[in-house]
Amino acid sequence: MSKAPTAAVGFEYAPAPESRSIVDLRASYGLFINGEFVDGHGSSFKSISPATEEVLAEVAAADAADVDAAVRAARQAYNRTWSRLAPAERGKYLFRIARIVQERARELAVLESLDNGKPIRESRDVDVPLMAAHFFYYAGWADKLSYAGLGPDPKPLGVAAQIIPWNFPLLMLAWKIAPALAAGNTVVLKPAETTPLTALLFAEICQQADLPLGVVNIITGAGETGRALVEHPDVDKIAFTGSTEVGRQIARTAAGSRKKLTLELGGKAANIVFDDAPIDQAVEGIVNGIFFNQGHVCCAGSRLLVQESVAEELISSLQRRLKTLRVGDPLDKNTDVGAINSAEQLARIRELSDVGEEEGAVRWSPPCDLPDRGFWFPPTIFTDVSPAHRIAREEIFGPVLSVLTFRTPDEAVAKANNTPYGLSAGVWSDKGSRILAIASRLRAGVVWANTFNRFDPTSPFGGYKESGYGREGGRHGLAAYLAGNDGEA
Amino acid sequence: MSQRLDVRKTYKLYIGGKFPRSESGRSYVVTDAKGQFVANASRASRKDARDAVVAARAAFPAWSGATAYNRGQVLYRVAEVMEGRAEQFAGEVAAGEGLRLSQARSVVSAAIDRWVWYAGWTDKLSQVVGSTNPVAGPYFDFSIPEPTGIVAVLAPQDSSLLGLVSVLAPALAGGNVVVAVSSHLRPLPAITLAEAFATSDVPGGVVNLLTGGAAEIGPWLADHADVNAIDLTGTVGASEGDAAADVELARDLEVRAAGTLKRVRRPSHLAIQGGSPDWAAEPGLSRMTAFLETKTVWHPIGV
Repeated sequence: MSKAPTAAVGFEYAPAPESRSIVDLRASYGLFINGEFVDGHGSSFKSISPATEEVLAEVAAADAADVDAAVRAARQAYNRTWSRLAPAERGKYLFRIARIVQERARELAVLESLDNGKPIRESRDVDVPLMAAHFFYYAGWADKLSYAGLGPDPKPLGVAAQIIPWNFPLLMLAWKIAPALAAGNTVVLKPAETTPLTALLFAEICQQADLPLGVVNIITGAGETGRALVEHPDVDKIAFTGSTEVGRQIARTAAGSRKKLTLELGGKAANIVFDDAPIDQAVEGIVNGIFFNQGHVCCAGSRLLVQESVAEELISSLQRRLKTLRVGDPLDKNTDVGAINSAEQLARIRELSDVGEEEGAVRWSPPCDLPDRGFWFPPTIFTDVSPAHRIAREEIFGPVLSVLTFRTPDEAVAKANNTPYGLSAGVWSDKGSRILAIASRLRAGVVWANTFNRFDPTSPFGGYKESGYGREGGRHGLAAYLAGNDGEA
Repeated sequence: MSQRLDVRKTYKLYIGGKFPRSESGRSYVVTDAKGQFVANASRASRKDARDAVVAARAAFPAWSGATAYNRGQVLYRVAEVMEGRAEQFAGEVAAGEGLRLSQARSVVSAAIDRWVWYAGWTDKLSQVVGSTNPVAGPYFDFSIPEPTGIVAVLAPQDSSLLGLVSVLAPALAGGNVVVAVSSHLRPLPAITLAEAFATSDVPGGVVNLLTGGAAEIGPWLADHADVNAIDLTGTVGASEGDAAADVELARDLEVRAAGTLKRVRRPSHLAIQGGSPDWAAEPGLSRMTAFLETKTVWHPIGV
């Protein structure tokens, strides 16, 4: 019997960077209010490339008065144009936006990778195509809302305040803006402070599409800007994607108001591998589940639950696979794992990983050379993790996998559900009836069977329990932006 | 010959399929609409509320795991059992809500018919609010509604039977289990309804009914980490005429519910504005969908 290769075979890769020249970065960016870029009155901030710490641009911060101006612009656009427009015409604006996104796809992808640190392979093949698909999907709903199951004549809510995270800036923007506009709302969107640039590029796309002024407003800034937006009295709807802690604060703020609220929050997904699973396929799924987008994914498969009888084999296959992952320049087309989004996030990942070791879990990373500048963390696996360990309970939001084992399906389900979160889960097995049985017992909003981290505009996404409420995507995603006239008693 | 003395009913709580008194030993006087003494009702405490949550959690796996057909039959059976007690309900509703007996009878009929309406929904919900999703790839992708879990219900203060049924039935139809606080001033139909539950096929713990104050018990339920959702309908009128206090109660409960990100159904705008919801109207889906989660499952298609 020949000896299995134990280390990565020594292929050398020449650098294959995507050109930056397609992106026309400005030195500074204003706020996008009522169809034009204006100065902000908060203290402006710099957006940097997390891969190099190079300053990409100076970005305006919106203070409370700027937020008010944006909400007023959105209200005026709602009253005067958007709510009066024939629904089919509203849809055509969204189709137009989808097309421009496709036309400018490479530019969007490069800027996304620059500002966020994610590999160009992902921004090019996942984020941007899905963004275009989202606009295309919801465009078609605009004149079909009476078929959405919310009563015969559902109405838009008005002005939607939308706050999105830094992990998928363009995709989250699309998940928020496309259904809101299709349903007839106008929006004020705040991108995350570490990744504002692609949202501002999207503002240019709105201009190119001749979208009526004020229908989409983009305001940049940090938590204070977000707070002012959420608290604004003339906002009818709040849609937030981000941490569970901030989600709780927003829910408290919105309490007692008329503001409708949807929250897409944290997760600690179990990825359950049974002994009859195709191991090689499962390894690919596990890698995709936790190392996709550096693990900066709310639905990441961060807890691997593997059946005891195959644990050893699976972990060694996984380690072998990890040695082939290429960590480095996000713009390099061969890169699998890019940069951690910020120094702050890197500190959190380091802290929790150190806690993992202190609590007795065993840490492993493949040998990998990390760049000197920028924010980097190697793909990491913890074994001997117990359900009480912090790395098994808390969302790390980084490329760190905690491995636990189980013996019976009941134990797998109990461990998987033993979390306040309930966003997603994975099940790996060759047995269809087992997959359906386990899927029905998992308290999670998305269950991937023999796959992981798949997204589609037609497919509703969102959490159970403390992972938030409401759905994005599909017909269900429209409900977040419409007032049904169905049983209001 | 002396006149026969009535055998009065002792009104107790309904927790885990049993009828305990409040562990606090407290009760309060229930009067009819004219202020005449009718009964002493148990005044539930926070401990009773917690006991009810424990009972509800224990009942959740079997109820949520029952087939939709089975749940439909169980809810239909509640209508059957209520029908046989219609006069008793009518008497309590007439006394509590100040209605003529004929009016009360039509309210009871509507309440019975509401169970029938929701009984028929259990095995249709998934088809109406679920979907198969045509994703752009080789996957079979479907979304189905699942119950949220334990729903704390503050039942309407005014409509003590039809309103109560109208908030309980939709949560139950979706597979949830319920801890409900009845109308404070008009609690008797709730306990008679509990007797209908206890003598029908509704498993113990699936519905738990507490009598007492929404303002007193509500905060414990809104804070409770094992409660998944809260229906604030009964905050309207909970402060007995102080509308500002009602609004503040609803806000406070929503703030508390945010601590564990419970699903919250706010009191309807109509009710906040001083109107009364039309409980006789056909309900629609929203009271069911408020307490449903959507689960999406992806499965590859291939060989």
